Amino acid sequence: MTDKYGVLLHFKIMIISYLKIAWKVLLRRKFFTAISLFGISFTLMILLVVYAFYDHTVGPHTPEKKVDRLVFVNRMTVGFKDGGQNNGTASYGFLERYVRPLRTPETVSISSYFGSTAAYVGNQKLDVDLKYTDGQFWQVLDFDFLEGRPYTVREVGEGAHVVVINERTSRAYFGTPRGVVGRTLETDRVRYRVVGVVRNVPGMRFNSYADAWVPITTGTFDAKDQGLFGNCLAIMLARRPADIPAIQAEFDQAIKRVPVPDPKTQDKVSSSASTLLASLVRWVNNDNGPNDGVRQLLGKVLAFALLFMLLPALNLVNINVSRILERTSEIGVRKAFGATSGTLIAQFLVENILLTLLGGLLGLGLAAGMLALIDGSGFIPYTTLTLNPRIFASGLLLSVLFGLLSGVYPAYKMSKLHAVQALKGSSN
Amino acid sequence: MENLLAKSPETRTLPNGPATATPVLRLTDIEKIYQTKTIETVALNRVNMTINRGEFVSIMGPSGCGKSTLLSLMGLLDEPTSGTIEIDGRAVQSFSDRELAGLRNLKIGFVFQSYHLINDLAVLDNVELPLLYRSGMSGKERRQRALNALDKVGLSARTTHFPSQLSGGQRQRVAIARALVGGPEIILADEPTGNLDSVMGEEIMALLLDLNRNEGTTIVMVTHDEQQARKTQRLIRLFDGSQVG
Repeated sequence: MTDKYGVLLHFKIMIISYLKIAWKVLLRRKFFTAISLFGISFTLMILLVVYAFYDHTVGPHTPEKKVDRLVFVNRMTVGFKDGGQNNGTASYGFLERYVRPLRTPETVSISSYFGSTAAYVGNQKLDVDLKYTDGQFWQVLDFDFLEGRPYTVREVGEGAHVVVINERTSRAYFGTPRGVVGRTLETDRVRYRVVGVVRNVPGMRFNSYADAWVPITTGTFDAKDQGLFGNCLAIMLARRPADIPAIQAEFDQAIKRVPVPDPKTQDKVSSSASTLLASLVRWVNNDNGPNDGVRQLLGKVLAFALLFMLLPALNLVNINVSRILERTSEIGVRKAFGATSGTLIAQFLVENILLTLLGGLLGLGLAAGMLALIDGSGFIPYTTLTLNPRIFASGLLLSVLFGLLSGVYPAYKMSKLHAVQALKGSSN
Repeated sequence: MENLLAKSPETRTLPNGPATATPVLRLTDIEKIYQTKTIETVALNRVNMTINRGEFVSIMGPSGCGKSTLLSLMGLLDEPTSGTIEIDGRAVQSFSDRELAGLRNLKIGFVFQSYHLINDLAVLDNVELPLLYRSGMSGKERRQRALNALDKVGLSARTTHFPSQLSGGQRQRVAIARALVGGPEIILADEPTGNLDSVMGEEIMALLLDLNRNEGTTIVMVTHDEQQARKTQRLIRLFDGSQVG
């Protein structure tokens, strides 16, 4: 038996023994175990639901699967000399002049934000959220085509009246999710030939979301328009994630060349090329400054999450300390027979982590139920919040963190009990 | 420390014959003083004694005379205020907590008046407990050693029972098996029959005597029972913290 094998074997034996004890202890104090599990699982459920929303909004999901390579330009700010400023979404002309020519990105796409249009099925009005895009849109994003294809750069150049629709529109307009390629969709009195059907895109992905996507050349967008504000955004695809700073630097140089629309009253034009998360944070903060605010936001979220976990963790600390008092005899015996303080701390942490992992699994179950409820409510269009492996792993990680947070102090206190006093503590 | 630990019970040959005069435990000028803000209590006052390998020694004295304190010091569960404790000729006062824990695990087995079994563990798991703190031993070996120890105390048929399902005498037998399982140099028994009726007390005493005579186990036993003390090879009396005989 090698030393390494021996150490591993011993570790395994210890862990099994600890788990055996931990399980018995949990069963012995059913009421406290139930309270602890409730506190842990409920807290984790909330955190996991919040994280699921976060993941759903900025995680690598269809059609923004390559989110780590995407850079967005969607906000414009014009500063006034008196200190005021105008904020809004960018114009098509601005994006064509200053973003399209950038050399660092692999591909640049320009599209509008979706707008509501009306189609009719018989006498029934059907709201169709329509988005105008260029042909590159389908290259930077990864839509899930159920049938057909995206329209091409050439079709966009020719101003072809073609449309890609989502599954929901196909069902609602044509009565079927399949076999509609080649048929005609009329919305806001404009007729388009269907070339493809894609899976529904969640409403939270508002940079790519729509019910129907049509060539930008079929709209009223003017590349020569000198105005800075409009209803468009640019999505750039970097060759690799590490290229993003270079793209941002090139964009920052480009934005310096943008003339101030009215030099008498205005003195500054700013915009930013941001990752998906940063673009959302900028949107919420209404800020195009040099700091994207992501770090501050993550700091606040982390502080909130820790604070949120602190309450059940303190409750667990309290319960753990009282559990220790019941187990003084065991602690004394273990010390007498050779347990070191370190071994006892490890034992108690294993027990506590087992409890919190159980709570974590319960929390994952509760979170799955809650997410199914949210999905089913139709509160956010086409939202499919799920417990994907990232969220599952986060839940387990949080549980272990919980176990450590609530176990370290009681374990330390336990290990410091004097063996002689501990043996006098109780009898069995 | 290294030498002491290296000489593990797994490789040690237990004496089978009569007690030899090899000291296994030596206490020199031991004082134990408990001090509070207002009062100083001398629990042990200049105690000197040597326990030889294979001996069965009993310690007697009235309540509060320092018997249990003495046993705690012998078991390295507590530190003397002054004086030296030697195990196998090595003074232990400079040992770290970790080294003392290792020494307890290898050299000493404890039997307590109130058994101190872990109620959540089955008999076999209770007996295996000291071996958990010994690295490099397979689960199979641990189990086999625990079964052997239970066999010695006549409880082979109770391995899956829990302490609450056993009588007081049986619990103390399990405790003795636990003390024996690691093959210690010395067993320290603190009033092992104190919670038992006379019949069960006799059984436990017979078991300890048997272990001493046939296995060569060194035993130090604190007792209030004069009759049982007389069955041991040597009797040490304490009074008000001092050795009087």
